[in-house]
Amino acid sequence: MNLTALPVSTLREGLRQRRWCVREIVDAQLAEIARVEPSVKAFLHLAEASLRDAAGALDARLERPHAIDALPLAGAVVAVKDAFCTRAMPTTCGSKMLEGYRAPYDATAVERLEAAGALLVGKTNMDEFAMGSSTEHSAYFATRNPYDLTRTPGGSSGGSAAAVAARMAPVALGSDTGGSVRQPAALTGVVGFKPGYGRISRYGLVAFASSLDVVAPFARTVDDVHSVYIALAGRDGRDPTAVEAPVEGGALVAAPLRGLRVGVPREYLGPGVEAAVGDAVAASLALMRAAGAEVIDLSMPHTALAGPCYYVLAPAEASSNLARFDGVRYGLRAPARELLGMYGATRDAGFGDEVKRRILIGTFVLSAGYVDAYYAQAQRARALIADDFVRAFARCDVLVTPTSPTTAFALGARHHDPVAMYQADLCTLPASLAGVPAISLPVGLDGAGLPVGLQLIGPRLGERRLLEIAAAVESLHRQLPPPTL
Amino acid sequence: MSNAYEPVIGLEVHAQLRTSTKIFCRCSTRFGGAPNTQICPVCLGLPGALPRMNEEALVMAIRAGVSLHCTVNRRSRFSRKHYFYPDLPKGYQITQYQEPVCSDGHLDVPGADGGARRVRIVRAHLEEDAGKNTHGGGATGTSEVDLNRAGVPLLEIVSAPEITSAAEAAEYLRQLRAVLLFAGVNDGNLEDGSFRCDANVSVRKRGSQTLGTRVEIKNVNSFRFVQRALEWEIAQQIATLMAGGTLKQVTKTWDDVAARCHVLRSKEGSDDYRYFDDPDLGPLCIEAPLFERATASLKPGPAARRQRYVDALGVTAADARVLTEHPLLADYFEALVARSGDAKRAANWLANIVKPDVKFEGLGARFPVEVEALAGLFARLDDGSLSQKLAKDVYALMRETQRSADAILVEKGWRVVTDVAALEAACDAVIAAHPRQAAEFRAGKKGLIGFFVGQVMKATGGQADPKAVDGLLRARLDPASA
Ligand SMILES: [Zn+2]
Repeated sequence: MNLTALPVSTLREGLRQRRWCVREIVDAQLAEIARVEPSVKAFLHLAEASLRDAAGALDARLERPHAIDALPLAGAVVAVKDAFCTRAMPTTCGSKMLEGYRAPYDATAVERLEAAGALLVGKTNMDEFAMGSSTEHSAYFATRNPYDLTRTPGGSSGGSAAAVAARMAPVALGSDTGGSVRQPAALTGVVGFKPGYGRISRYGLVAFASSLDVVAPFARTVDDVHSVYIALAGRDGRDPTAVEAPVEGGALVAAPLRGLRVGVPREYLGPGVEAAVGDAVAASLALMRAAGAEVIDLSMPHTALAGPCYYVLAPAEASSNLARFDGVRYGLRAPARELLGMYGATRDAGFGDEVKRRILIGTFVLSAGYVDAYYAQAQRARALIADDFVRAFARCDVLVTPTSPTTAFALGARHHDPVAMYQADLCTLPASLAGVPAISLPVGLDGAGLPVGLQLIGPRLGERRLLEIAAAVESLHRQLPPPTL
Repeated sequence: MSNAYEPVIGLEVHAQLRTSTKIFCRCSTRFGGAPNTQICPVCLGLPGALPRMNEEALVMAIRAGVSLHCTVNRRSRFSRKHYFYPDLPKGYQITQYQEPVCSDGHLDVPGADGGARRVRIVRAHLEEDAGKNTHGGGATGTSEVDLNRAGVPLLEIVSAPEITSAAEAAEYLRQLRAVLLFAGVNDGNLEDGSFRCDANVSVRKRGSQTLGTRVEIKNVNSFRFVQRALEWEIAQQIATLMAGGTLKQVTKTWDDVAARCHVLRSKEGSDDYRYFDDPDLGPLCIEAPLFERATASLKPGPAARRQRYVDALGVTAADARVLTEHPLLADYFEALVARSGDAKRAANWLANIVKPDVKFEGLGARFPVEVEALAGLFARLDDGSLSQKLAKDVYALMRETQRSADAILVEKGWRVVTDVAALEAACDAVIAAHPRQAAEFRAGKKGLIGFFVGQVMKATGGQADPKAVDGLLRARLDPASA
């Protein structure tokens, strides 16, 4: 039995039936990591010793009858994006600015994972401060796509996506601001679920763009992202933006596709979409139609505003959120004769080019004389984009789009072309700006054997229904073959 | 000062709200703790930490707003104000910019003529305090930052630029301090920085409607210094303009030793703080139950009480002003009146005799004697068994020994001589001893009555009631008119 290939629910069931113990799961995972990590490079930090200790402790705990009932993620080995604060491991956000930084507290999401019986294996690589779509903007190294080591896994949560795709962990935690979980999920052939804004507490997630940042899980099945989501979601006194609405629990049952109204916004299928991606989306829609779904062609006229809007708002908030990295209290401090010199030298040495670019853009769009033309205008555009979704969901139950207009691109291909890099997010940005839930599912491979992702988008607070629909769509597709590593 | 120019003054006060915990975290706001012992990920600005509103601070902002006759906005917003400084952990301050919690209020400032001038309050908004930098400590010349104060809630109260003299500015501040004390939201302590004032001052040709070049005087830590600094600055500005010079927009600080302002920094080219709504905090909403809860225990403020003391109780305007400097003094006064009647006497005693002995500590106060004890003293005045003159000595002993007036009177044998026969005998003896003065009095030199009263008081060791003695003497010296 290859324990690294199993979903969380099966692993937990095996624990309940005592077919294996947590130490065996952990040993299998660590063996797989030792085998593939040198070529994939998904992790910034691995915590083998503490993982083995935690496994032993959990096994002891599971000796008690029914102990597992209170642990919905019992035995789930989890890789966590390095943007989440963890007491036990460093938190660098992929930046030199936080090299060696140790947070004095655990993020709410990390606390809830551990409370549910999950075990942290390590912190995964990411574009610095989550700014990027390829994980090449990590200050440490680039992560490789398990399906083709010359290509990027996407980003910014590329390390977490690659870890799940390469069977180094069944589930992983990422953060999705404009597509940072859905896009790498698509490029690495795994499931990435971005809940609606505020569904999971952001406390302890190092902020990139506060009004857009969403804690989001990766897994290889819809059922597994659902399990992680249920364990993490719900109000948190430490995050005032966490929504109060109750989270519906219980086992996930696939929705019947018969009669389901599937909206296909034509603005997402423009000329930028690669033929292989367009074909895979069409094939998936054909399967849905065959299963009785009604496919509705519709227009979301403000979709084109999402890019310009996002690339004003996210840098604006980032320029503010990253002001705290000043060398005074923690992180890097570059020596200088006086205070202003220290600020300048620290931020120059600590931040990479992409982060500096976005801080500059953000500072500019908030400046006196420009704030109305850029920031305020972008806020208005955001409201229009959100309206598009409200209108669309009056006509359909779910929206279907490509997750990424392309499959995985070659390492270095877009590194020096920021605008081309920004294209990677175009299908994922609108749902982020509207704050609605969205999920990326693997629906096939292109001619080069690279995964294609399909995005399903649901209405606000419609996470449960979206996941039920996703489970139904997932069942229409054959599981992707694992990468050969 | 040349009469051709008039000053225009606007005041910004940063009042620390006396919550037990900080505005966006649960750290203590206690003053004077060892550096960096009252900090957490939130007020330290650690990556990933998020602010959460302390409702106690909002309650106090509501109380202050109502007390200043402001509109308390049911919905307001927090913004981020960006600048880099080591005492500012996040690189921005969370404050309120376009939508403050309170707006459009006023404060009535008593003038020297006994009337009052109404100064408008433009806004009062919530914000977090910064930490404290200490520079050049030790031989290495390092700077240190203490973040205990970072995140302490402040209410910034901004007046309209319509204060017209340095004296009025000082009085505005005294009144504002009293209003906040009465609302129970600020301890009015200028020394430890929990009540800080910045003044904006310019001068213009009398009658002109345009404002002149403005100078900001920052962080003056006494009302007297504010007045001196403004007087100095106004004179300076007028002298410069009269000499044909021009003024620069600068920030200054008051140096009381040199008795002049110094320039801190030039303000040309205004700072760009890049304000935007804080995405971590939703709108600040005040629902009716919260508003009710905040204002239910709000008692009348100093102005209302002052007016009642004068109009209904007959207290002098000067005494009423002193009594309403602190809520506990006003409460004490009201309790004393309730027990012993005679509000004028109670006011006079409190304002002039007792108040100098009261130890005020922020919102608290330690009185030299209990209300009950002072009422006991007044009871002896009322029944005539104690003279006004002796009463002060008895009070002094009460203050020192914490014993009752009656106990002191018994112990010292300081009963007023009310035995009429004894008094009559004393009067007869004095008249007999001074036949020349008695003859002069009878011949019309009525002023000599004082001499006789004095002699009788001396003979009785000061324990006679001077009024009674006066009557007895007149009856003897001038039976016809008595
Ligand atoms: Zn704190």
